[in-house]
This record gives sequence, C-alpha cells and structure tokens, in this order.
Amino acid sequence: MIKILKQLSPRDRLISLVCLIFVAGQVWLDIEMPDFMGDVVSKLAASDKNLTGEILVSGLKMLACAAGSVALSITVGYLAARIAANFSYTVRASLFNKISDFGTTEMKHFSPASLITRTTNDITQIQMVISMGLQVMIKAPITAVWAVVRILGKSTSLSIVVACAVAVLAITITTVMRFVIPKFRIIQRQVDDVNRVIDESLNGLKVVRAFNADEYQQNKFERVNLNLTATNLFTMRAMAFMGPIIGLVMSSIQLVLQFVGAIIINGFHIGGAATDGHIIENAVDLMRSRSVFFGDLTVFGSYAMMVVMSFMMLTMIFMILPRAQVSAKRISEVLEEPISVTEGHEYVENPADPKGTLEFKNVSFHFTGSDENFMKNLSFKVTQGQTLAIIGSTGSGKSTLLNLATRLYDATEGEVLIDGHNVKEYPFNILYKKIGLIPQKATLFADSIRDNITFGDRHAQVSEDDVLEALGIAQATDFVMKKDGGLDFAVSQGGSNISGGQKQRLAIARAIAKKPEILLFDDSFSALDFKTDRLLRKEIAEKLTDTTCLIVASRIGTIKNADRILVLADGEIVGNGTHRELLQSCSVYREIAQSQLTEAELEA
Amino acid sequence: MPPMMNRIPEKPKNFKKAVRETLSYASKTPAPIIIVLCLAIFSTIFMIVGPKQIGKISNLILEGIQSGTMDMAAIRNVVLFIGGLYVFSAIAGLVQGLIMANMTQNIAKTLRSKINAKISRLPLKYFATHAYGDVLSRATNDVDLVSSSLANSLTSIVSAAAQFFGCLFMMIITNWILAGTSVASTMLGLLFMVLVVKRSQRYFKMRQVSLGQLNGYIEEMYNGHDVIRISNAEDSVKERFVKLNDAVRTANFNSQFLSGLMPPVMNFVGNLGHVAVYVVGALLFYNGWIDIGVITSFLIYVRLFEGPLRQISQNVTNLQSAAAASERVFAFLDEEELTDESEKTDTLPGIGAVEFDHVKFAYPDKPEKEVIHDFSATVKAGQKIAIVGPTGAGKTTIVNLLMRFHEVTGGQIRIDGIPITDVSREEIHRQFGMVLQDTWMFEGTLRENLVYNMEGVTDDDLVKVCKACGLYHFAETLPEKFDTVLTSNSDISVGQKQLLTIARAMIQNNPMLILDEATSSIDTRTEMLVQRAMDNLMANRTSFVIAHRLSTIRNADLILVMQKGDIVEQGTHDSLMALGGAYADLYNSQFETA
Repeated sequence: MIKILKQLSPRDRLISLVCLIFVAGQVWLDIEMPDFMGDVVSKLAASDKNLTGEILVSGLKMLACAAGSVALSITVGYLAARIAANFSYTVRASLFNKISDFGTTEMKHFSPASLITRTTNDITQIQMVISMGLQVMIKAPITAVWAVVRILGKSTSLSIVVACAVAVLAITITTVMRFVIPKFRIIQRQVDDVNRVIDESLNGLKVVRAFNADEYQQNKFERVNLNLTATNLFTMRAMAFMGPIIGLVMSSIQLVLQFVGAIIINGFHIGGAATDGHIIENAVDLMRSRSVFFGDLTVFGSYAMMVVMSFMMLTMIFMILPRAQVSAKRISEVLEEPISVTEGHEYVENPADPKGTLEFKNVSFHFTGSDENFMKNLSFKVTQGQTLAIIGSTGSGKSTLLNLATRLYDATEGEVLIDGHNVKEYPFNILYKKIGLIPQKATLFADSIRDNITFGDRHAQVSEDDVLEALGIAQATDFVMKKDGGLDFAVSQGGSNISGGQKQRLAIARAIAKKPEILLFDDSFSALDFKTDRLLRKEIAEKLTDTTCLIVASRIGTIKNADRILVLADGEIVGNGTHRELLQSCSVYREIAQSQLTEAELEA
Repeated sequence: MPPMMNRIPEKPKNFKKAVRETLSYASKTPAPIIIVLCLAIFSTIFMIVGPKQIGKISNLILEGIQSGTMDMAAIRNVVLFIGGLYVFSAIAGLVQGLIMANMTQNIAKTLRSKINAKISRLPLKYFATHAYGDVLSRATNDVDLVSSSLANSLTSIVSAAAQFFGCLFMMIITNWILAGTSVASTMLGLLFMVLVVKRSQRYFKMRQVSLGQLNGYIEEMYNGHDVIRISNAEDSVKERFVKLNDAVRTANFNSQFLSGLMPPVMNFVGNLGHVAVYVVGALLFYNGWIDIGVITSFLIYVRLFEGPLRQISQNVTNLQSAAAASERVFAFLDEEELTDESEKTDTLPGIGAVEFDHVKFAYPDKPEKEVIHDFSATVKAGQKIAIVGPTGAGKTTIVNLLMRFHEVTGGQIRIDGIPITDVSREEIHRQFGMVLQDTWMFEGTLRENLVYNMEGVTDDDLVKVCKACGLYHFAETLPEKFDTVLTSNSDISVGQKQLLTIARAMIQNNPMLILDEATSSIDTRTEMLVQRAMDNLMANRTSFVIAHRLSTIRNADLILVMQKGDIVEQGTHDSLMALGGAYADLYNSQFETA
C-alpha cells in the first residue's frame, strides 16, 4: 500500500500536506464551536442579566465556525478528489505502459483478464481509500485526541467516561471484525464455488441433459449453496450486534455524562476545588463554579458525539482498507514484474544485408519456470520468396517456433537471425516492419475496417491502394464491399459482428498491407473453408513473389506444394524436405498424411 | 455512503409486486415480517423518548445549582429509566437484526436454488438467445442485491420514518417554536443537499461512460497484446489510451468531488440546526419561556431529526435497484419451462433403429424461418450414420431434435418404431451416449468426471474403459490416480479431455451414440489415437457422427449430405464420390492445392 503511494507526484504529496493542515484547522473550528455555547449556558445557569446580545453574538460566532469548517472541508474534498483522480490516472498510465512492454511470457503469467481487473477495479479501490483517507482517516484521530484532551483539561472523570465509551466501541468493532473479516475471504471463495457450479451447468447444458444428470448437478449446487448461506448467516448475525451496540453507546454517553456531571456538580463545596483548580470561597463562587461546569457539560456532550462519530467513520475505512491493500499488492506485482523481452539497439543497417531471410541456428527454448527444453536445437534457413511450411501435432511446438522468430518469446539458446542479424539486435519498429505475423486467433479492434487494416505504425503510411490490394489478396474484397459502408464498416469489440473466417481474412490483409519481407501464418487458414484457403494461397504465390512465407498448418492439403516442409514432433525437427521426400523419409509426416488422405491420394 | 454509491439507480417496472414477491420468499406468513417491522419501530421509539428525559436531568441539575441542593435520587431515577429504555431499544434492534439475517439469507438461498434448478427445466432455445453471463449474473449479483438490499432497505425506511415522525412529534409536544426552528433549518440544509445530488447525477453518468470506454479499450488492447507488438502499434495505442485516461481523470475528479461534498454539507446542516436551536432556545430560556431541559433535549432531537430523511432517500434508491434486480430474477424464474412429462412412463426397447419422417423445424421465436425443411432418413440398428455439410446446414439441429432438446414442428422422429414424443425426454436420453466438440469437464476427481451420474460403476469397469480409450496411462500418472481432483488449471491436453469425454460415454454404455464434431478440436494425428477409442465405442451401436473432417467418416454406412436444412445427397462414400455432386466437391476441396 505504502509502495503504491509513492506513485503520487511531489506536487500531490505537498497538497496532501496542505490537506492535513486544513483538516486540523477544520477540527479546531469544530471543537471551538460548542465552546461559545458553553460560555453562554454557564451564564444562563448563573442567571446573569443582559445576555440577549451575547446569545446572538455567540450564535453568529458558531455559524462562522460552522461555515469556516464546511469551507475547509469542501476545500479538502476538492484537493482530495484532485489527488485521487491524479493518482489513479498516473497509476493506470504506468500500469498500461508497463503492460505494453510485457512480452508474451508475462502476459500469459498474469493472464489478460487479471491484468484488466488490475488496471480497472483495483485502481478504483485504492482511489477510493485515498480520497476518503485524506478526509476521514486524518480527521478521525485528530478529532478524537483533541476532544479527549479538551475534556481532560476540564474533568478527569468525564474524560474517563468518554474514553470508556471509545473503548467499548473499539472492542465491539474489533471483536466483530476479527470474527467477520476472515469470513469475508471464505465467502469470496464460496461465491466462486456457487458461480463455478452454475457455470458448469450452463456450459455443460447438453451433456447434463443427455446424461439425465439434473439431480446430480442440483445436489452439487445445494452443497455449495448451503455452505455459502451458512457463512453469510454467521457474518450477518455477527454484524447484527454492531448497530445496536454502537447505538446504545451513542445514546448512553449523553446520559452518563449528565449523570456523572451531576455527581461532580453536587460534589462541589465551599473550601473544595473547582474544575479549574481554584478553591471555592463562598456561596456565590460555588454557584458560579457549578454554573460554569454545567455549561462545560453541554460542550462535552458535543465533543463526545464528535469522538464517537469519528470512530464510526474510521471503522468504515477499516472495512475497505483490506481490500485496497490486496489491490495495491496486485498492482505492485505488475509494476515490479521484470520484462523478459526488451528491444535491441545494436542494429546498423548494411546495404549488403540479404532481404527476407530467416535463419534458426541451434535454437532451443524453455518456458520460464521449467528446466526442460520445449524446443530443441532447431536449425533451418529460408531465403527471400521461399515458402516454408511447418506441420506437426498439437503441442509439437509449431506456434512457438513462429513466436521465437517474432520475439514474442526469446530463444534460450542459439540464435534467430533475420536478414543476417540476430533478432535481439533490432529495435522493435525495424524488426516488425520486416515481419508480419497472423496469429491463430484473429484479433480485430473496435474500429473501422480500414483502421483495422492500417492498424499500427503511424509512420508506415499504408495507402488506400495498399489496403485494397491487401484485401484482394486476402480474399476479403467481396465481403468487405458488401458491408454497410465498406471499408468504413464499424467492427464491434472483439469483432463479434464479423464471422470467424472473415475475421481471419482481415487479419491476413492487415499483415499483407504493411508489405513485410517475411509473412508468418500461424494456422491462419484453418478457419477458412477449403476453397478460400486455396484461392488465398494462389494469390499469395502469384502476387507476393518476393515475400518469404512461413506457414504453420494442420491440413496437408494446405502445405503440400510448399518449397520445403518442416515436420515438428515434441519440439524437434524430425523431417525437413518436400512433400514427396517426406512421404518417403519421415514416418511422422507419413502418419499425418495417412490420417488425412487415402492411399490413392497419397500416390497422386 | 455517497462515495460508494456512485451508480445510477435503476427503476423497477412494478415496484410493489417485486417487493411483495421477494418477501414471499422470506416466509410463508407475513408474521415474521410484521414482527421485524414492529421491533424496528419499538427500537426507534424507545430511543426517541430519551432526549426529552435527558432534558429533565438538565432541569434537575440546574435547579440544584440554583437552589444549592441537588436532588440526586430523582436524577438517578431518570437515568435508570432512560438507561432501561436504551437497553430495550438495543435489544429490540438486535433481535430484529438477527431475524433479518435469517430472513435475507433464506431468501438468497432459495432464490439461488430456484435459479439453478430452473436452468435444467428451461428449453435449450432459451440459451440460444440469452448469454450465460446473464444467467450467472442473475444468480449471483442480482440475488445478492435482492437479499442484502431489499429487506434491509425496507426496515431501514420503516425505522427512519418512525424516527422522523417520532422526533417531530416529541419536538412539537416539547416546544413548538423550537420544533419550527429545527424543521426550518433542517429543510434548508436538505434543500441544498438535493441540489448537489441533482447536479452530481450527471457527473456520475459521465464517469460511468468514460470509465466504460476506457475499460473496453484496455480489455481490447490487453487481449490483442501480441498483435499490437508485431504491428508496431504501441505508440498509437498509448496515445489513444492517454486521451481516454485523461477523460476518466476529469470525470473521476468531478464525480468524486461532488460526492465528497455530501459529508461536509451534511455536517453543516447538522451544525446549522444545532446553532439555530441553541440561539432560539437560549433566547426563549433567557426570557423565561422554557426551561433549560428543553434546550438540552432539542440539541439532541435536531441531530436525530436530520438523519432519517437522508436515510430514507438513500434507501429508496437502494430499494429501487433491489426491486429491479428482483424483477430480473423473477423474470428468469417465470420463463416458460419444458413440458412436464412425469406421466410418460413408457420405455424404449433399446434396439437402436431410428426413423426421420418428413421432419420440419423452425425455432419458436422465428416460425416463418424454417431451418429443417423436409428431412427423412431411415437408420437401421447398429449403423454408422455420418451427417456432413457446410456450417449452418442444420447438422447439429438434427441431433438436437433427436435428443428432444428442441421439438420438431412438423413430421415425426421414431426410435424403434415409437414416436419420441410418446416417451419422456429422460427415456430418450437413456438411449444415447453423446460426445461433443466442447470437452465438458468439471472441477472434481477424475473418477467423478468419468462416472458422471452413473451408479454401480466398479474400479474394474473404469480401468477397462480407460484402457480401451488410451486413457489408462494418463490416469496412472496422476498423483492420486482416479481420485485426483481435476481443475481448470490442471495440465490436461485437448486430446486427453476428448478421450475423457469418450470414456464417459463408454461408461454410460447406452445403445446409441452421437458424436458431434467430437474430434474437430484435435489434430489429425492425435485424432487417429482417439479414433481407435471411438471405433471401440461405436462397435455394435447405432451412431450418428457429425464431422467437418471428411476423412473420419469415410467408412460410414450412410452419409447424409445436408445443405440449408435439406438432405441433398445420401449414400456411402464410394457411391457419393461416384455421383460427383456436392459431397465429391466438398471432399475434393480438401486436397486441391494451389
């Protein structure tokens, strides 16, 4: 929590200090206010004359105090809102920037969903604590201490009364909290359980029915439901004690103050000491002293209320503080996460460099936290204009290979070279101008189709012609032009108003429009029907003759005619050659082929 | 508290009905609710009598000061009397709170159970038009809102009203001038507050909108992280983020400031009343019109008087959102259910012959748009039937009709000669094992996932089935074997999950089988392993196979080629290839190369 507060700018920290001073000023005014009343009440009690003017003046003074207090607290509210808004702005920005720098490893480690919550809800939590904290958290202790000290100056026994009340409140609240707060965590888990079972029933709708398992699911649900209800009931019952006890303390403190006050007043006698310490000399002095104390008593009533109220506010902070602390921790985790992939700056362009080449030299790779190499000793090379296909079963490392070429992951051993330079030497903007990746799952953004195609480097200047050409190659022209507004058609979030195959074609068009030297297709064709798949590959072969292509595929048909095919199994290259060669030499390839083609087709 | 209540309340359509319906879940008779409300009122009244009595103490003290002798006995009596009232008030409040806890939790539990039970009684079509998240949010968020807010707000409103009117009554009978003063000063303050609230609504809405935009953007960008990196788009993304973030900062500041205004303003309203009572009271006392106790009482009353109106307005808002939430819950519970079939006790012989007799189907919400036009086919027991065709041709719909997940709108489906509408859905489901593309698993042990809802499955059966499915090695390598708990985090591959669902169907051992794209999420080489398990499963069973990978269905006894809800071709692989029509086209397109 403290760590995260360091994100406050120096200016805002200074303003926080100003807030502190203002709050202190406000407390002073609040405490002064009843004093004016006390004086007058004392005089009234002593049956003084000519008080009308004094009453009005003291009323005005009190109003002035109240106005001053409200002005100060509104100012504090203004400043606190400013600080809190600035804080959440800054933290959100540093989170977003940090996450932008994340590599795929860190992204997977946290999961996008969790990062989204951290950037949104978690920040809101802390923002709330800051804005409330600057007002309530500072004010409550100052008020409590100041008021108790004031009372202490007048009467020890009355301050004991107030202290007792505070103690009762504190004990009640902490006891209840001690029982309840651990339960909150349990409740969270039990709510998750309830959600999980319902989610299960929903996602397995057909299975549950096909298995006639309604009752089974319901019994399961009843169990988690009962657990949740029991815990909820416990906490609610515990909380039910809080309200009445606090109410009782608040009402009785007035009563007890009056009663103890009466005893004290009754105890005053000639020759004894008054509250201000002077010895009471005669009957007139006795009455005066008693009246003064009677006036003080009304003031103490107000003080006692202030103390109790500030305590109540404080407990509210304590209710939300644990959550904010968890949030702060979650945010710090992200901010402190080391970045696995950073851009290089060593690259110097050499006119003699080849274009469109990609080479793996003894590349091995393992995921963070694992010792076993996931990719083992990969070596191969593609040159400009070639098409290299990669095939293998699920989990054999096809996508990882592309991710290593694109630096979404970094090789743990060996080197990946593009145009003769290690990929780690390139600044990102140069590297990603050279390569275009089409991931397995097409990602579109809520924007026009045009903006989705030109998405990326603002300086790359993809022209309208480039866009149209890319759409043509990607077999997307027809359906785009049929959409409302054509290129200006607004894609909704997650591309939900576009079909899967169309999304994939737009993603392909996006990569092509940038005219990279190397195109990497990560199983991008499997969402397409066979016919489109074929036309698309034909267009690429005809129009992008200078572009090197790496194609990860699961259909043999897609890659049969590639210049070369790499066969991967368990992270190793087990075959490297043409379709024909591999059919002869590579058993894994033959198995894949056999699973998809008939003998006759294998021969063809 | 205002800072936490930064949401715009929704309004229920029929407030009274929603409240009444919800409360009917608390208990069958209105008695407990009446008791709770009475306790709330008692608790308040006991508390409100207090200040007037405290005034009496002030009077006694002042008399003591002026006369020289204090009547301590009288003071003690009053103190004991009020102390007793306060304790009663607290006890009444506590009892009320405890009853409320039971009531609200009861409501919550019952509603959750009902929602869960409802899921299994709703026709499948409901879920075609409603997102799962929507159902989920009703079962949790809405139920929470209903149970925590509805009953609580109701009692809060009642006790606040009691406090308001009680105070007003006590003040008037104590002294009407001071009563007028208190009411006037409080109203002035409340008026100011209402103005602030009115103004702030707009800013809350702005905050919600800008935050929504920002969150949406963040969600998109985090999910598209890789694409941003490889598109060199980081700069432009950050630029747009800064704009959105800035808008949120402004909106945040405005709404935070306005909602932060409330506590100081409320405090000021309280002070205002306090000062007014003091000045007027002191003047009255000075002129001998009232005694000192009146002032003492009023200084407390004026604080008690200001609270309730605020509480009422806040709780009415809460109550409205709760009522709106309860309407959503009840709307779900009132959805039309599947017909009750408890009287259908006939059983099927379990031979496995199926006839589709001119089957027609249109979704009930779109009766004019027929999805299945005239589907007829005869399936002999033990045959393997493949249904192929492009997406949207109606393949899965046929299966859904066969399972009676949907009901045909024309024609008839017969199993072993008996129309499927003549027997219960459960009986039909007993005929089929089903393996779907979505490999459904739940958090539980491997055993629970395999044996799912079957009885009398021995360990031997499990081992036998797992061996047949090639799952035995996997089960053996798990730390607790069959009793290992599988969670969403467990490291299970898609292929293994698929094998697991096949094993599940095998354990179920029903006479017929439906495989709906059962292998499309795994690669062809893994598929060959799974295929072996499936061939085992399909042996001697009538099976329906839907597949888009045509290689898997070459050996089917009958292939039905569907297009736009019609069977356009049917026959074996060889006969259809020889025909050179739609099937041949579809098949060949897999292998043509550029």
